[in-house]
Amino acid sequence: MLGYLLKRLFQMLLVLWVVSLVVFLMMSFTGDPVFMIVPIDATDSEIEQARRILGLDKSLPVQYWIFISSLLQGDFGQSYVFRQPAMALILERMPATIEMVVVAMVLAVVVAIPLGVYAGANPNGRLSRMIMAGSLLGISLPGFWVGMVLIYLFAVHWGIFPSSGRGDTAEVFGLRISLATWDGWHHIALPAITLSLGTMAILLRMTRAGMMEVARQDYMKFARAKGATRHDVLYKHGLKNALIPVVTIFGLQLGDLIAFATITETIFSWPGMGKLLIDSIYRADRPVIVVYLMLVALIFVVINFLVDIIYTLIDPRITLK
Amino acid sequence: MTTAPTDTTLLAVRDLRTWFHTFSGTVKAVNGVSFDIGKGEVMGLVGESGGGKSVVGFSILGLIDSPGRIMGGQILLDGEDLAQASEDRLRQIRGREISMVFQDPMTSLNPLHTVGQQMDEVLRLHTDLDAADRRTACIEMLESVGISRAADRLGAYPHQFSGGMRQRVVIAIAMLARPRLIIADEPTTALDVTIQSQILKLMRRQIADKGASMILITHDLAVVSEMADHITVLYCGKVVERGRTRDLIETPAHPYTRGLIDSIPDPANRHARLKQIPGTVPDIRNLPKGCNFRDRCPRAQALCAEEEPELRPQNAAQWAACHYPLMPGDSA
Repeated sequence: MLGYLLKRLFQMLLVLWVVSLVVFLMMSFTGDPVFMIVPIDATDSEIEQARRILGLDKSLPVQYWIFISSLLQGDFGQSYVFRQPAMALILERMPATIEMVVVAMVLAVVVAIPLGVYAGANPNGRLSRMIMAGSLLGISLPGFWVGMVLIYLFAVHWGIFPSSGRGDTAEVFGLRISLATWDGWHHIALPAITLSLGTMAILLRMTRAGMMEVARQDYMKFARAKGATRHDVLYKHGLKNALIPVVTIFGLQLGDLIAFATITETIFSWPGMGKLLIDSIYRADRPVIVVYLMLVALIFVVINFLVDIIYTLIDPRITLK
Repeated sequence: MTTAPTDTTLLAVRDLRTWFHTFSGTVKAVNGVSFDIGKGEVMGLVGESGGGKSVVGFSILGLIDSPGRIMGGQILLDGEDLAQASEDRLRQIRGREISMVFQDPMTSLNPLHTVGQQMDEVLRLHTDLDAADRRTACIEMLESVGISRAADRLGAYPHQFSGGMRQRVVIAIAMLARPRLIIADEPTTALDVTIQSQILKLMRRQIADKGASMILITHDLAVVSEMADHITVLYCGKVVERGRTRDLIETPAHPYTRGLIDSIPDPANRHARLKQIPGTVPDIRNLPKGCNFRDRCPRAQALCAEEEPELRPQNAAQWAACHYPLMPGDSA
């Protein structure tokens, strides 16, 4: 187990290093941040001075070396725009994104699993066909469109939910959390629903496919021959066996939503870190972008690791090696 | 054929018809099957693959899935017709009154639940025992099917057992609630030959100990002749012959039964070419007029193509559906 953990840790560091390299290279090809910072009427010497202060006058390998060595000392760099540590900027925005994603994922699972089990257990039923048609919509409708329709219906037309912003927050363990206030829940509903639909549809279809596969297995019939209820046969014997691919997709979707909830955050003016990423890209705020993407890579690596652990909890035949 | 069930009859199946409505036609997998099983009796249900044997077993338990349906007939367990019973009632009966042992122990146990959980489930469903008593009962049952260190093994998963051991577990699960009837569907087919006889002995002992009855579904007449009190032979979803095991093996009346017996390898004559029944089972969606076996039958005559033979008594305890049944002493 210790060997396994060390191996995974080494892999993680390798991934992060490669990501830093790729991102750093890509950034250096995308415009000159100096012109985003200096005033329009700046003189050549002022521009040169700004370039020197930002360290952009040095060659690319040297820049990378400075970046990596200060990173190893815990310094993730300063935002060009805000003149603040890039990491602090991101972490400040992170709770808003995380709580929206958590609500979206919980919603997706709570809806997708029962419907997927039902549709898998009754593949030819009328209700199942309606569920599957609905899931097809969930996959194919773009998030920005769904978001705008929800705003039009629930915020503009009926006025049930607010259309933007995060609402009241409360401090929980030093973090500002919307879910601790009723107003926060009110504000999070529409963006979370928007964000959850795609994942909901994918998880539903994975669950259904798994259940249809599992339904053919002898142990399902054996469970029925023991006298188990339909519910027990489906959920205790069936679902657990259908869950491995569902958990895999769940992990990937979770990482994806945390990292790139950008569009939903933009539509609902949700002050999360996805919106920070977009803003930083507009302003060529390289340090923020680099740290953001490395953080995203880290999140994916950690989620994948957790998913692997969950595999072993589901299936005793899977071991961590 | 339709004699009234007597007091000693546990299960009486009458004119059972289970059909599957598929796109390519109606498969009459079981089409008018009748038999009786007495208390404590073992009945062999014999036939080739696709002969409808397993469907009979699943019909009794009410486990026929769409597109299949029980179209008619009665399944009388102590006089109660299971073909008409509600799903709730059937669930009480499954595992409690009638349990089933499947063919492949590699696939009939849930790979993600421990052996203990899978055994416990039966007791939780069908008894009022508390957790400690259920555990004790599971350990006793595992020991009685020949699994040592049973208490430790409760926490093990099926993949940690060999095939033979898994089938012992399956049998333990089937026997756990002390059912009155066990339906064993090819219980040894997937096992090594050396394990087969162990498992058969185990099943025979379990049934004798508990006074249960058994339907042994198999294509292997050799297995059934060791185990069964009487035998029912199915062909194309119909009973072609039934009788006491000894009578049926020694003096089969139906040419199909004769063919099955002849295709058992004879250890005393190992170099002789093994006899087989020529041809294959006809397409069950499109059965010919007359006797279903006539194309493969060495005794077929003109009448066989015209008229389907009824199941008729050949002597006091043996019935066959054949226009030209074999007489004792006839060669096939």
